[in-house]
Amino acid sequence: MDLAGSPRPALTARAAGLIGCERCGKVAPMGQAACGRCGSPLNSRRPGSLQAVWAWLIAGIIVYIPANIYPMLYTNTLTSRHSGTIVGGIIDLIEYGSYFVAIVVFVASVLIPIGKFVVIGYLAFAVRARAVPARRRRAMHRMYEIVEFIGRWSMIDVFVVAILSALVQLGSVASIRPGIAAACFALSVAMTMLAARAFDPRLIWDLEPADG
Amino acid sequence: MTQTAPYRRADEVPLQLPLDDLIACPVCDALHNLKDVPEGHSARCHRCHRTLIAPKTDAYTRIVVLAATAVILMVAALFFPFLELNAGGFSNRSSIFDAALAVSGGWLTPLAIAVAALIILIPLTRFLALIYALWPLVVGRRPWPRARGAFRLADVLKPWAMAEIFIVGVAVALVKIVELASVSLGPAFWAFAALVLVSALKDNFMCRQSIWISLDRRGPR
Repeated sequence: MDLAGSPRPALTARAAGLIGCERCGKVAPMGQAACGRCGSPLNSRRPGSLQAVWAWLIAGIIVYIPANIYPMLYTNTLTSRHSGTIVGGIIDLIEYGSYFVAIVVFVASVLIPIGKFVVIGYLAFAVRARAVPARRRRAMHRMYEIVEFIGRWSMIDVFVVAILSALVQLGSVASIRPGIAAACFALSVAMTMLAARAFDPRLIWDLEPADG
Repeated sequence: MTQTAPYRRADEVPLQLPLDDLIACPVCDALHNLKDVPEGHSARCHRCHRTLIAPKTDAYTRIVVLAATAVILMVAALFFPFLELNAGGFSNRSSIFDAALAVSGGWLTPLAIAVAALIILIPLTRFLALIYALWPLVVGRRPWPRARGAFRLADVLKPWAMAEIFIVGVAVALVKIVELASVSLGPAFWAFAALVLVSALKDNFMCRQSIWISLDRRGPR
């Protein structure tokens, strides 16, 4: 039984004079500060949600720039010295013929971060501008869920750097050191995860006329 | 399609009901009157489709057993060699700790701490918190003091536990290194891979909503 798509608008906790807990779903009378079941702070709508989203998002975009300019790792072997950026690492993988792994790294380190910037920015912009046609609401909600779920997978490249620099310590034969971009990239991923989590998804649904 | 339990339309919720029978969808705020959803069934939000509750048979026993298994595997993964590298007569063994701490030194120390937290500390904390919160429920006792706090901690930390992402990172690193040297996988690698599987299986049995309701019904904080 699935009543989605029913024409009648839903009764929200807020419209009923209640606050729903975002962590455990329990409802409390409006004005209560903490959930009686799980102890989480209660907010009918999180105050300053969109400001927090913009702050984390902009910070995440800013640190993503040095993450791409500076080297992720320095490789020294007997015959060569090499420093690799994110994109450089992907190109190396393509040259080795490891296309599948190249795609994995490209998706995790380039596609997902940039996609997240765009989607989170769009959601925050659309909600503030109230530019959400009713038929797009479910699509927006889906985007929010995907961004929230997928963002953490960008960390792959940071772990690759950590493993390589732990393992490849063979003195003069070969050694790998991490570069500053690894820290910038990890920060960028963490900040965009926080941006996605700062977004209050109830704002998407508040735009339904009945909730006014 | 998921089998969903019957529930009333949200706009027919009789508001004189005690608040305990109402659930607000955590994602879209729609109210639902959800009394008892039988095990093996699930209920989804009629507005945004988020699964509200999906209780599973024997879930708490399975979660506790799987979390305990994961703790043991994590300890094993920490103390056995993870990967071993051979090149040109040189060899280097690395444990998970080494991987976490390799980036330390100067500027990159905070990154080392973050990596150690994401792959060791946070997953371990979650497993222990889940065991603490759910063990009394398994044996039919009242929850231990601060069981709800422990379960909340496990829930808050969930997105930051990145053991499964680390394993993918290891796979990518192995491909990158093949040109340079030969690598052999140590016992800790297999322990960690098993931990990832066990942890995913455990999440499959987790229904946060049912756990909150059980913790609420069985006793005080």
